[in-house]
Amino acid sequence: MARTAAPGIKDAAAIVGIGQTAFAKQLPESEKTLACRAILSALADAGIEPSEVDAFASYTMEETDEVEIAKSIGAGDVTYFSKTGYGGGGSCATIAHLATAVATNQASVGVAWRSRKRGSGPRPWRDTTTQLPTPAQWTRPFGLLRPADEIAMLTRRYMHEYGVTRDHLFNVALACRNRANQNPSAVMYERPLTRDMYMTSRWISEPLCLYDNCLETDGALACVVVSAERARDCRHKPAYIHSAAQGLPAQHHGMVNYWNDDPLTGPSWTTARHLWKQADLTPADIDVAQIYDAFTALIPLSLEGYGFCARGEGGAFTERGALETGGRLPLNTSGGGLSEAYVHGFNLITEGVKQLRGTSTAQVPNASTCLVTAGEGVPTSALLLRS
Amino acid sequence: MDHDLLPPTTDPDGAPFWDYTSRHELRVQSCRTPACQTLRFPPRPCCPHCHSFDTEWRRMTGQGRIWSYVIPHPPLLPAYAEQAPYNVAVVELTDAPHIRLVGNVVASPAARLDSVPPDRLRIGAKVQAVYWTTPDGTTIPRWMLERP
Repeated sequence: MARTAAPGIKDAAAIVGIGQTAFAKQLPESEKTLACRAILSALADAGIEPSEVDAFASYTMEETDEVEIAKSIGAGDVTYFSKTGYGGGGSCATIAHLATAVATNQASVGVAWRSRKRGSGPRPWRDTTTQLPTPAQWTRPFGLLRPADEIAMLTRRYMHEYGVTRDHLFNVALACRNRANQNPSAVMYERPLTRDMYMTSRWISEPLCLYDNCLETDGALACVVVSAERARDCRHKPAYIHSAAQGLPAQHHGMVNYWNDDPLTGPSWTTARHLWKQADLTPADIDVAQIYDAFTALIPLSLEGYGFCARGEGGAFTERGALETGGRLPLNTSGGGLSEAYVHGFNLITEGVKQLRGTSTAQVPNASTCLVTAGEGVPTSALLLRS
Repeated sequence: MDHDLLPPTTDPDGAPFWDYTSRHELRVQSCRTPACQTLRFPPRPCCPHCHSFDTEWRRMTGQGRIWSYVIPHPPLLPAYAEQAPYNVAVVELTDAPHIRLVGNVVASPAARLDSVPPDRLRIGAKVQAVYWTTPDGTTIPRWMLERP
């Protein structure tokens, strides 16, 4: 039989179920319990029995493995499971892997999830014995200890080279907070932010202040992925996975990316090239974006990387309400990691699905395309969702 | 020992760097193939350009410029919190501008992490490597401003 080229995964699979727990600084239940609640809720949302689940995808820093999850929820025989590295860089890769598994008939019902007690649990940077994926001997002895310090280093250089200001970073923090103020599930629902609060807040690592940093949250979320054919029979309007990509750039060094020729073009640039190459869409066609926001500075860097503006223009892009409702590119419409919940970016995926269903608490009218990204600054991943 | 700064947790690729700093020499790993000779940092087993495993450690003058810097504030590990806010800089080597080292800009080799006021720091400022042997016997490179 003649071989033909693989057809690719464009629009071959869809997210048909989403689920989440409450988000809070502290939840009493274990990560395993929270994971089971989110997954069962996503399956109920899809109208699919847990016994039909035959694929799982997760990303590192997840404490509950698929063996425990599959037993707990009563999954059937599982024929596909994957785990992507680099913490927040892997969020969208989970959906990409399930789409691939479903499109190539390795599985029929896939579940991706994230459960995390970052609000009440330990901070990863306090662990001085575990080597992080980047070589710590070159940074940690000198007191470059936390992700905030590592990204602040790139931020100051970025501000220096391109004239990005703290007001640009505030624009990002404000847009996320304004959307959280519309979202009763958001940790910051009833906590408005003002420019004065931002400019006078305490430093975490100069030039990043408190409001440039994401929340620390307990909570869990999940998504259910099936084939496009099956998606048409599910309860809600499918969110088709139009394009998906991962990115580990040549000579990249993780969050301490100070050791290549151009440290300010991070993994989002590599991921974006592959994402758009496979897509029928361009950045101008995107109605709403959910961009990974562990730190405000990642937004202008990602806007450049994903092609919404030219190199060095990410700060200026945020001006004149561009990221607000009705702006050029409404951003992180649930409040994102900065103001809804920091669950390693998984809430950005479920919010993308809500926008395409028309059920967001900050709905963009008739949104039919959404970019979702995972953590910039580490090996990352991204999705283009369409209705 | 909660109040000690973290020592470098080294590996076979990185160990020579620290051996040289204990002799007050700043050396960077280089490909030894005559036609290549590319410097690389952090150290790795082979050259990403010509794929040779033949390496040497080339001595640098220790001159550099601040490429970027941060001022961390608590919460931090206890030994660092005691000296916060302090600076951490990325220094670009004058001998090899694409080689950049993370380190602290200090007023003298054994001074505290916060010994240089933050308003003395700026991107592009010239610095010189100095060496400090910590109480546990590790010698680490630090940086002093050429014009304090």
